[in-house]
Amino acid sequence: MNLQYTAQQQAFRLEVREWLAGHVPAQPLASFDTAEGFQQHRDWEVILNQGRWGMVTWPEALGGRGCDLIEWLIFEEEYYRARAPQRVNQNGIFLLGPTLMEYGTEEQRARFLPAMAEGRDIWAQGWSEPNAGSDMAAIRSRADHQGDKYIINGQKTWSTRAVWADWLFGMFRTDPESERHRGLTFILVPLNSPGITVRPIPQLDGLPGFAEIFFDNVEVDVSNRLGDEGAGWAVAMATAGFERGLMLRSPARFQETARRLIELYRANETTASADPAVKEAVIRAYLDAESYCLSTYQTACRLTQGGKIGAESSTNKIFWSELDQNMHATAMSILGARAELLPHAPAAQGVGSWLDGFLFSQSGPIYAGTNEIQRNIIAERMLGMPR
Amino acid sequence: MDFTFNEDQLLFQESVREFLGNEITPERLRAAWDTDTGRDPALWTQLAELGLAGLTVPEEHGGLGMNALDFVLLAQECGYVALAEPLVNHALAGVPLLQDLGGALAEAWLPKAATGEARIIAALEQNLLVEDAHVADLLLLERAGQWYALTQGEFSLQHNASVDPSRRLFTVTVNDAVQPVASGDQARRLRLATLNRGALGCAAQALGLAQRMVDMSVLYTSDRQQFGKPIGSFQAVKHHLANVAVRLEYAKAPVHRAAYAVAEDAAGAGQAVSQAKLMACEAAGLAAKNSIQVHGAMGYTWEVDLHIFMKKAWALANTWGDAGFHKQQVAGHIFADDAVLGAGATFQ
Ligand SMILES: Cc1cc2nc3c(=O)[nH]c(=O)nc-3n(C[C@H](O)[C@H](O)[C@H](O)COP(=O)(O)OP(=O)(O)OC[C@H]3O[C@@H](n4cnc5c(N)ncnc54)[C@H](O)[C@@H]3O)c2cc1C
Repeated sequence: MNLQYTAQQQAFRLEVREWLAGHVPAQPLASFDTAEGFQQHRDWEVILNQGRWGMVTWPEALGGRGCDLIEWLIFEEEYYRARAPQRVNQNGIFLLGPTLMEYGTEEQRARFLPAMAEGRDIWAQGWSEPNAGSDMAAIRSRADHQGDKYIINGQKTWSTRAVWADWLFGMFRTDPESERHRGLTFILVPLNSPGITVRPIPQLDGLPGFAEIFFDNVEVDVSNRLGDEGAGWAVAMATAGFERGLMLRSPARFQETARRLIELYRANETTASADPAVKEAVIRAYLDAESYCLSTYQTACRLTQGGKIGAESSTNKIFWSELDQNMHATAMSILGARAELLPHAPAAQGVGSWLDGFLFSQSGPIYAGTNEIQRNIIAERMLGMPR
Repeated sequence: MDFTFNEDQLLFQESVREFLGNEITPERLRAAWDTDTGRDPALWTQLAELGLAGLTVPEEHGGLGMNALDFVLLAQECGYVALAEPLVNHALAGVPLLQDLGGALAEAWLPKAATGEARIIAALEQNLLVEDAHVADLLLLERAGQWYALTQGEFSLQHNASVDPSRRLFTVTVNDAVQPVASGDQARRLRLATLNRGALGCAAQALGLAQRMVDMSVLYTSDRQQFGKPIGSFQAVKHHLANVAVRLEYAKAPVHRAAYAVAEDAAGAGQAVSQAKLMACEAAGLAAKNSIQVHGAMGYTWEVDLHIFMKKAWALANTWGDAGFHKQQVAGHIFADDAVLGAGATFQ
């Protein structure tokens, strides 16, 4: 064990820091759940990619830097410290990207990976359906194989960023006789295909952060299938693993929230200290965010040395989502009567972006497999309790 | 950056786990409850023969010359079996303190510590009661800002019965004639170092205790049937234990980082230890609470072994600095004007 960065890692950190200092937009971008903000975030991805910072863990041939997980964590730390824009193409680079590398053909990788890294293709996820939420195996949307096409009919819902996205990856039932996990196929669908209707769904903040998608005889080329026909479940589980896992929820995000929470507490100490539970919660936030960081580093080191990630990774999703919810709830307590104010309200000075974060933190325990489902997984697969 | 244990450390853990698992059964723990000292001299000899007593003693004094990082996984295993012998105090606090004191004292005692012939027990003023003072061959005791190195006869003891029959606690009165071996600034430095080592030992044992309670609960709930099926198949029961698994998983890395910081004598060792102790003792506390719940009335009995581990977990939370003390330490750090916090600060 040696918990010091190597000279090379330190140099890498400085290189990231320097580049970000010169390129991160001075003004925060508009929300990517607006047409204007979406375009701004897309433009940012182009800049990021030009600097070869779009996806540092990808191989150089794909525009990456071949970084290992430790360098990835360092990159993220600098990225969050610099308050750089959120990643509008995260579904692509963090979820579909790794899945393509594992299951995609040579041709598919060449076709999709560079375009997602360059911010040209923004991807939406299509798992959930009105009757298939936690129970994803209840998917009913169909893709009938006819010649060299799939004909898709059905409906997806809660698809994040689908309002402006270019592509959707998702799971469809290719064998109409099949049940549950069998007969499902992973298919990549251009969202501008004839027969697709996207209906925006406003979220808690009123913005259309996700959408319903209706498929009416949508034709998709079979070359857009990822993995074998009928093998979609295994492919999707790999993608879902990435979503809960390491790369998407880097500790930096939560450590920065904890740092801002400590600042907020100090700035409002006279009123905030009236409730001793608030100070306790701030200390708790710091402890948990640090522990999340330490655990992530420990796992990353194990993985870079050839270890495998096990069922204990399901603990990850519960830990960060509850941490995020607790931190934002604490911020709301500190802000008191101003907590509910929208940013443009005259009395809202100094409230920052806590409200937005608070609203979003309510969704963490729901998306990417609810925390109840994660607890079932931990109990059954990690602890070995009876089904 | 390498946050993993090396092959040797993992192998050592493996063999100690196997030994302790075979030797320290709840029956053997219970048998010691009824003895005068509550301790098991034969077991101490076995531990010494494994090299555990001399693990942190320097090689030139006959030990293995290892440090807190080498010992932390073993301390977890000691927690897993609720070891009652004072090995963790001896190896992690007593011996290093003796080394720090140095001089003729260390020359005389370290070789005996290495073979296990002498048990070295360290105790802070902060720890109101001294555990295992009755079996200490050398008691290194902090009182009124000074350190004393005491052999039996140089102090008197008053026994204080604990709800945990494995724990033997004493108030200690130092005989008038005895002179301190360290005072002033040196004593203060020794206190801080010893606090870190002792609290680290608690944190590591708490991880083992929490794991043990989860394992016992999984076994019990897989076996016990109600409504025609194992109670472990009920989601409410599953989620109780999953919640412990989550808190326990995220308490491990802080404890390992604290062990590293203590071994390296790093500037931030105190912080690292406070964080580790809070996380680990909290996980163990939750393990106790949820484990007794899923055991039903069985868990509330003297007969079922669960209480051995619960009681130890409850007690460890309040020794070597209770939660209030360690939270104060953390608060002092994060609310300071010059605190370096946030992304990228953890290992700087
Ligand atoms: C912000 C946000 C973004 C999202 N983005 C996407 C996206 O891009 N693509 C996509 O496909 N989906 C997306 N989702 C949908 C998400 O995956 C589902 O909401 C989630 O899987 C839960 O399904 P559900 O909403 O139908 O809830 P339900 O499954 O109806 O669950 C409701 C409640 O019942 C509990 N419950 C259900 N089954 C069990 C069980 N077996 N045991 C215990 N408790 C149970 C749940 O835990 C939950 O508390 C998003 C959701 C949110 C909130």
